[in-house]
Amino acid sequence: MIEILKDRKKQVFQKGAETGDRGIVCEKASLAGSVSQRACVFCGSRVVLYPIADALHLVHGPVGCAAYTWDIRGSLSSGPELHRLSFSTDLREKEVIFGGEKKLYAALTELIKAYAPKAAFVYATCIIGLIGDDVQAVCKKVQAEQGIPVIPVHSEGFRGTKKDGYKAACEALFRLVVEGGGQPGFPLSINILGDFNLAGETWMIKEYYRQMGIKVVSCITGDGRVDEIRESSRAGLNVVQCSGSMTQLAKMMEETYGLPFKRVSYFGIEDTAEALYSVARHFDDLQVMRKTEELVRSEVNRIYPEVQHYRKALEGKKAAIYVGGSFKAFSLVKALRHLGIQTAIVGSQTGNPEDYEYLKEICDAGTIIVDDTNPLELSRFMMEKDVDLLIGGVKERPIAYKMGAAFCDHNHERKTALAGFEGMLNFCREVYASIMSPVWQFSPARQRRATMEQTFSEEITKAMFST
Amino acid sequence: MLLRHTPETITDRSALTINPAKTCQPVGAMYAALGIHNCLPHSHGSQGCCAYHRSALTRHYKDPIMATTSSFTEGASVFGGQANLVESINNIFTIYSPDIIAVNTTCLSEVIGDDLPQIINKARADGKIPPGKTVIHANTPSFKGSHVTGFANMTSAMVQYLSERSGKKIPQINIIPGYVEPSDMAEMKRISLEMGIKSVLFPDTSGVVNSPLDGKFHMYPKGGATMEAIKSAGDSTFTLALGRTASLPAAKLLDTKCKVPFECLDLPIGLSATDTFVDCLRKTAGVSVPESLMVERGQVVDVLTDMHQYFFGKKVALIGDPDHLVSLAQFLTDMDMEVLYVVTGTPAGPKFVRRIRELTGEKTIVKEGLGVDMFQFHQLIKNAKPDLLFGNTYVKHIARDEDIPLIRMGFPIYDRVGHQYFPITGYRGALRLLEKILEAILDRQDRDAPEESFELVM
Repeated sequence: MIEILKDRKKQVFQKGAETGDRGIVCEKASLAGSVSQRACVFCGSRVVLYPIADALHLVHGPVGCAAYTWDIRGSLSSGPELHRLSFSTDLREKEVIFGGEKKLYAALTELIKAYAPKAAFVYATCIIGLIGDDVQAVCKKVQAEQGIPVIPVHSEGFRGTKKDGYKAACEALFRLVVEGGGQPGFPLSINILGDFNLAGETWMIKEYYRQMGIKVVSCITGDGRVDEIRESSRAGLNVVQCSGSMTQLAKMMEETYGLPFKRVSYFGIEDTAEALYSVARHFDDLQVMRKTEELVRSEVNRIYPEVQHYRKALEGKKAAIYVGGSFKAFSLVKALRHLGIQTAIVGSQTGNPEDYEYLKEICDAGTIIVDDTNPLELSRFMMEKDVDLLIGGVKERPIAYKMGAAFCDHNHERKTALAGFEGMLNFCREVYASIMSPVWQFSPARQRRATMEQTFSEEITKAMFST
Repeated sequence: MLLRHTPETITDRSALTINPAKTCQPVGAMYAALGIHNCLPHSHGSQGCCAYHRSALTRHYKDPIMATTSSFTEGASVFGGQANLVESINNIFTIYSPDIIAVNTTCLSEVIGDDLPQIINKARADGKIPPGKTVIHANTPSFKGSHVTGFANMTSAMVQYLSERSGKKIPQINIIPGYVEPSDMAEMKRISLEMGIKSVLFPDTSGVVNSPLDGKFHMYPKGGATMEAIKSAGDSTFTLALGRTASLPAAKLLDTKCKVPFECLDLPIGLSATDTFVDCLRKTAGVSVPESLMVERGQVVDVLTDMHQYFFGKKVALIGDPDHLVSLAQFLTDMDMEVLYVVTGTPAGPKFVRRIRELTGEKTIVKEGLGVDMFQFHQLIKNAKPDLLFGNTYVKHIARDEDIPLIRMGFPIYDRVGHQYFPITGYRGALRLLEKILEAILDRQDRDAPEESFELVM
């Protein structure tokens, strides 16, 4: 393995190469001065709550935080689009000195009057935490005056990592849940948690449940609606997809309402099927189970031949995965295996020790597992492992291309639906289109590799015939 | 039709911004810092800021954008960021080995009051800055100015820290290019070279954020103004600052610090502004304009006259950065188009408003600074519908809702390429702009023409 900075050595693990059974070190603050790919608490809250389409999302702070998160996420709505506008209190020097509460109050009042939202989320950014605006009090006042929930989201960037932002978002959401809580439940019903309706994925998943005969009470937060979230405690089961962001809310609902939850993934054939079966098993209803089997069988039969077609071309390729949440990484490793692609490097920004243990289990020997890596490390690992594909987000894409590797966007700003059976096909197409693109023949990295391969095979030939 | 809820009636809003027409200082500072050779920009604040700025620049340039962060925690926010910055400097030189670190502050580090020069001195005293390596800084709180002023501040920091006066003049001219694309910086260098003038251009992001694909990942691509060059700027005979907002502060500072006289011109976008730029270069360097540039100029005039009938009376609305808007408004007026609205979220002051009116006439509505945003721009457009819009990628929402062609210009452009490679400055840039404008106007004309007036030859 390449040289890694001393302080980071324990955050990198190579399966099979180490002696003893040491675990990977994670959940650490990034090294000061590193090119970290991580973001902040605000980012975590914003991405989770963003898809609630009939709520007002007001970023309280200087304009940057609102500008950078304006409409970059492809979360679709089947109705209102209020979430896609970018509202900011645009704090100036004067307010930083004398406080921004007045401005916040005026902004909230004005916006609620203009847009009549179902609820308002107020994101407190770094600077608000420092200057000490009483956001809670302003929200309370506006709520009393306007008659809609006005919810502060404590997302000061420096308070931790993106994970702490997820927590803040869950706490904000729980306030809505509590408002409608305590009523009798619906039979055979679920909430979909942690699907953000990127490219319409929530709609696809909802359709599966419809076919299974299961009522979806609310989608938290993809194509989200305030009133649905208010009803959510009446469902029979919480089905959590993005576990990093939504497990917290599911736990809160379990504690308060005794509502059980299941963690699932809708990515890849196995995981999608298992997700649907596990929900069916939970309700233990013969009818539902029968319909689920039918659904899975017909969908798998439908997509399998095409997947096999792609596999023929992709068999033996190598991939690197670097994503935000580790749960995503699990499914990716499995999905790539369906295509005959081996995962040579896998890492996440926010994985916990159990996540990395599980990754160790499912990966092949030699796979490098990394926590909170940086571009320099990532590029060196990619070179060492000679990968054909990188799966990551916006900041990783050009790195892959420069090194002559294909790329698949698995971040929250992609525009292709990757969930469910149809999503698996989209994934296969995207990976195939990128890896097999003729453009790589022009990339010096591939040309070098081709030369190396030739030299290598010449050496083998020599070795074979010299005896 | 995302913005269908935008009402026509314009009411006063002082308390909020809807759909910003600017972003914050640090991203501009980071972009400027990338214009120094072997420089690693460093964001002194929470991780999020750095991540957002890198993402924004990555989406715009489609190139790896490297920068480090002080990774502030709650502790740093209470007890100050000194420990984080000193440790960062140490780590950065150990791991990434740049020649220079350019630190920009964020709203967080500004409010807690970190004294950057003192911290940098401490790092030096502690031996965290290896010999021959440099650390510079710019104060870029996000609650002041915009990305443009952030760019200006980091450019000034280059002068502050790097430029020196040896007492011996060097026959070279400084060009401070303003907040423009790498392609524009390259074009300015080309023009001065074409005129046989030795120039020091800084910052210079060409070759850094539009680096060629060579099969490797480079922490530091080949481009960028070298520290030696920026140092020698103090001995140059003259400084040409392009764009008041982005370039004037550095030029003034260079004059104060090293006694290099300067002139501040509009960005060389369009014919008149490029003429002024070339003429100023000619005069200060005492050279004549070469035939090659005259040919380029003649080609622009040729297309202008060939196609002038299509420009007459076309109404346009512009939104973007102040320096771009001034020159663009002039170019469009030169072409007989009617400039209805000129809007910027950057605080640009009454001088900006006067300058635009001078160029376009009193009818033009000019909005700048506090509370000015895309929402307001959209409202204006609803009140008098223009034929053409100029602005960044976000304007595409408005363009779609109102069915008006958009010409992409400014920052950010997330959904198109070309801006990295083809300049809009200089005569070649004017030609490209002309082509874009004509394409938009004539495409629309073709689309809307009734069968009997559908033309093949235009």
